[in-house]
Amino acid sequence: MATLTEILSAATSGETPRGWRRAVVDAEGWSRVAAALGAGEGTLMGLWGEPAAVFMAVLDESESAVWILSLNCPEGSFPSVGRVHAPAQRLERTIRDLFGLQPVDAPDRRPWLDHGRWELAQPLAAAPQAPAAEMPPYAFLAAEGPNLHRIPVGPVHAGIIEPGHFRFTVNGEAVVRLEERLGYVHKGIEGLMTGAGLERAARLAARVSGDSTVAYSFAFARAVEAALGIEAPTRAVWLRALMAELERLANHFGDIGAIANDASFSLMLAHCSVLRERVLRVAETCFGHRLMMDRIQPGGVTHDLQADHQGVIRGLIDEARRRFPHLVELYEQTASLKDRTVGTGHLNPALARRFGAGGFVGRASGRGFDCRRSLAYAPYDELLFGAPIVHRGDVNARLWVRVVEVGQSLGLIDQILDGLPEGALTVDSNRLSAAAGEGLALVEGFRGDILVWVRLGEDGTVERCHLRDPSWFQWPLLEAVIDNNIIADFPLCNKSFNCSYSGHDL
Amino acid sequence: MRKLFFESLFRGPLTEPAPPADAGQLAELAERLKGAAQRRIGRSLSIRQVDAGSCNGCELEIHAMNNPFYDLERFGIRFVASPRHADVLLVTGPVTRNMKEALERTYAATPGPKWVVATGDCAADGGCFAGSYAVCGGVAAVLPVDLVIPGCPPTPEKMLAGLLALLETVA
Repeated sequence: MATLTEILSAATSGETPRGWRRAVVDAEGWSRVAAALGAGEGTLMGLWGEPAAVFMAVLDESESAVWILSLNCPEGSFPSVGRVHAPAQRLERTIRDLFGLQPVDAPDRRPWLDHGRWELAQPLAAAPQAPAAEMPPYAFLAAEGPNLHRIPVGPVHAGIIEPGHFRFTVNGEAVVRLEERLGYVHKGIEGLMTGAGLERAARLAARVSGDSTVAYSFAFARAVEAALGIEAPTRAVWLRALMAELERLANHFGDIGAIANDASFSLMLAHCSVLRERVLRVAETCFGHRLMMDRIQPGGVTHDLQADHQGVIRGLIDEARRRFPHLVELYEQTASLKDRTVGTGHLNPALARRFGAGGFVGRASGRGFDCRRSLAYAPYDELLFGAPIVHRGDVNARLWVRVVEVGQSLGLIDQILDGLPEGALTVDSNRLSAAAGEGLALVEGFRGDILVWVRLGEDGTVERCHLRDPSWFQWPLLEAVIDNNIIADFPLCNKSFNCSYSGHDL
Repeated sequence: MRKLFFESLFRGPLTEPAPPADAGQLAELAERLKGAAQRRIGRSLSIRQVDAGSCNGCELEIHAMNNPFYDLERFGIRFVASPRHADVLLVTGPVTRNMKEALERTYAATPGPKWVVATGDCAADGGCFAGSYAVCGGVAAVLPVDLVIPGCPPTPEKMLAGLLALLETVA
């Protein structure tokens, strides 16, 4: 079989954009790429629709390049990728729900985001339909046998978390099958994006997943800049990275505390939530918003770092460096806590690789992919930081990756403050004026790689924008890791993944 | 662990003084509830939080109310796991159509007297998601709302001020 690179190179049409490659393929080419993915070549990074076309993003590790393939679908159908490559299945079900395009020979014909409650069926298709009178009840996968019983959980959960439904089948305490049903927080973001001006589109992008608002704004801005063929000023780029690392710190502190809390070790939560609050307050002081929402815009950033704010951030770094090691030590020395995390929720490295699991989920199971290094973007190409890769794949490993990344982010913030260049915060506004084009960007958020692909029209509005959360490829793995664990360990497994519902449901 | 405990002992509490109850919201609540619920539930509130389609930004700040700086529980306000134990539904998000029924059922499962607090700009009127085929456009489109706490997301301080106003009025 031809290698993925050969198939893709043969399919290339016209000039290749900087940083990524673009190809229009026919149905046969599409199927060959699907088969190569199924055979373990390359990594599926995204799969999305348009009214009359489907798109696929493929990472070719050997070349450190991302390919965007598109296939026109005049007949309203396309060869299923999910048939040979399981990670594509939920994405294909979504394409069918939103655009009405049929994946031919798809193994799973059930709807995914469409629960039969929308005002329209196939809402983003060229001609949306009136919804069917009543959608049949969702058919959960079977799990039958003596002594098995089912536990339905959600969509409204017991804690302060996002809604989703989990259907457990258990034998005594052991989980024999978990099936997720998501889509409860589908807001129709990609529909709202279509036809939106850049300002409104950036506002929507910042609200795909609130915990990753900086990373989403960063990715959206870079995608738009790629489409327009412009670059943000250097100072703005460095400030973006500063915000991105502050966001990572805040989320990792929150997660580490929350994982321990799910094993009823609330002392850790209390101390970690203090560190998290410190980060948010520094963000408020320096950038005027605790979560730094809407601070990154296409073309630059909205807030400058004042001279006296350097000291504020350095103070935060010092405090984190002073206090955090005590918490790590506390975790390490609390046997009753480690008893819950070590060996729990094991993710097989082969599965992590197949699903292209990003962030701490991938890095705790041997997959070292990190956009900041693998597809380095400014300013990370000038900064030094390591890649924590662990192979144990359990809750403990995912927590440890976060611990190491906290240290790295502190180091990165140091380097950014030391090297922060002077200069403008945004490009001249006339350079942001209307021009048609396509742009792609991948940005490493705290939970993994966020992909944003955008096509701008002649009038400068968004013709189509797709935002792919890392959770798309992590949620299915959560179903795998809970296998044979006791149901009481599900909160730990779930929190160690900390997938986004909103980012997934869009 | 001992080291941490000692440190905490000498460091003193991080908890900050309470913000004053939001005056505007106090007046609004007094008008809306007309004293109907006075002294029914004592000086405490149990809250069931329902995410009806938020981006999870509001949830992060609701969590923050529990951290040592804001320490929500010192006011007798606490989060409960079941709507059957709740006095207040704290609802976030523009109410997606896929969550509408779950929200209505949660409300039905909450015993009276009960209050609905719409938290965040999305919950107020759908925010930037209003007009989508997939959202109802704010909590008021589905449930009777007693209090709106605006913000994107509202800061923990703002939420606390709103909840204290509710506590003043009903408890």
